[in-house]
Amino acid sequence: MIIECKNVWRTFQLHSGSSLLRERLVNTLTRRTGQEFVALRDVSFSVEEGESLGIVGRNGAGKSTLLCLISGLAEPTRGSVTVNGRVAALLALGAGFHPDLTGRENLLLNAAMMGFSEKDARSRQDEIIDFSGIGEFIDEPLRTYSTGMGMRLAFSIAVNVDPEILIVDEVLAVGDQVFTAKCLKRIREIRNNGCTFICVSHSPTLIEELCDQGLWLDSGEVVMQGKIRDVMQAYKGGRIPTAGEQTG
Amino acid sequence: MAWRGDVRFLYKQLILKDFRIRYRNMSLGVFWSLLNPLVMMVVLTFVFTVIYPSKVPKFPVFVLCGIIPFNFFSLAWSNGTVSIAGNAPLVKRVSFPREVIPISTVLSSVPHLFIQLVMLVGMALIFGIHPGLQWLWLIVVWILEIGFVCGLAMIFSALDVFVKDTRYFVESASTVLFWLVPIFYDFKVIPVKYRDIYQFNPVAAIVLAMRNILLEDKAPSPILMTKLALVSVLTIAVGHLIFQKLQKNFYQHL
Repeated sequence: MIIECKNVWRTFQLHSGSSLLRERLVNTLTRRTGQEFVALRDVSFSVEEGESLGIVGRNGAGKSTLLCLISGLAEPTRGSVTVNGRVAALLALGAGFHPDLTGRENLLLNAAMMGFSEKDARSRQDEIIDFSGIGEFIDEPLRTYSTGMGMRLAFSIAVNVDPEILIVDEVLAVGDQVFTAKCLKRIREIRNNGCTFICVSHSPTLIEELCDQGLWLDSGEVVMQGKIRDVMQAYKGGRIPTAGEQTG
Repeated sequence: MAWRGDVRFLYKQLILKDFRIRYRNMSLGVFWSLLNPLVMMVVLTFVFTVIYPSKVPKFPVFVLCGIIPFNFFSLAWSNGTVSIAGNAPLVKRVSFPREVIPISTVLSSVPHLFIQLVMLVGMALIFGIHPGLQWLWLIVVWILEIGFVCGLAMIFSALDVFVKDTRYFVESASTVLFWLVPIFYDFKVIPVKYRDIYQFNPVAAIVLAMRNILLEDKAPSPILMTKLALVSVLTIAVGHLIFQKLQKNFYQHL
């Protein structure tokens, strides 16, 4: 079992934007606890090594929160998340990019954050630049790049880390057809090499093509999990399956 | 956390990033590192040799021994404090050990510090001070001082996520410290009963140690070094504990 989530709950305090001292003091003194929002409610599932899991659900269903828990960005309020492998998570494109650095400088910085060693990063950088198709612009500051170029660079780094677990959140939608096709091909290669893959997408075709397992979330709860085809069929039909159909 | 990367490479890249960003947009570049302490030195020397004549010999070197540590401290402390909140997109979207952020922010002020120290050594030579073996103590005191600021940065960057007033506190505290650290006055003018407390302030301690080394041509006293080492190690330990405890909730509060 490479990823295991056991009875995971994640709640968020509403109005947590109140980070001024005055409000904090008032809240502490009056023992007022803000309202809570339950983002994930008793979610349990596991992923075997080499499996690929597609997570579907409406906006606000808890998909991104779940990915954050798996990639270690947040901790569950209750329950446990166990991950046994090196994770490369692409949750927001170019989150670590700085506009004043050149493409190459950003590449090395991002590679370091993704967990590359210096040696690997330097020996792979040409491959990554080549994959991204950015060419000579690589030594120009990132602020001169188009959105698509930045996206391609970020994606090229993530798929070249050789992760044991690759997590992608709805980021394949950007980019032109040629690049998307290249990415899909690369993800398939990574999967065939035994890497575990998790993605969130609103594109049914993409998810059915890339994943073999499916997880359907709604309002923070697991509606259904099982073979991707069954899950997608039920999801597209908007039909809540009966208990007998929920087979892993 | 499932991050198993190369921490040294990460530090290197983050420090390089800060350094590049800071200097790429300045046409005068590294020269700015020298300009600020030089101007301060000239102004303070003017005030304390012309307006309020001070008996301290080699006053420019004396005052630089105060300004450089103080500048480093206040810059690294305030940058370190806002480092987590200022890198919110990174903290929320890329998983790597969080303490790398405040620590690398502090360390990225070190090249800046180094340039100023080179200038200080140059000034010392101009004023006819001969280098000696005790100059090696400079390395020890600076390692302790940088460690101390890293600890502080961990504490305050974590607090700043939850209470935004932290950064304003740090700003005011820096201003207060400018007067409480013997920058332009001599440690000897401080009444004896306050001296022990003074030495527990690592910024004051490093100013004293630097003057011992450069102006009095002797190694800093063992008592002073013990206090500096004690406070530094303690700050790092407390900083680490607080940071580990608070970082669990960074995600929600950023």
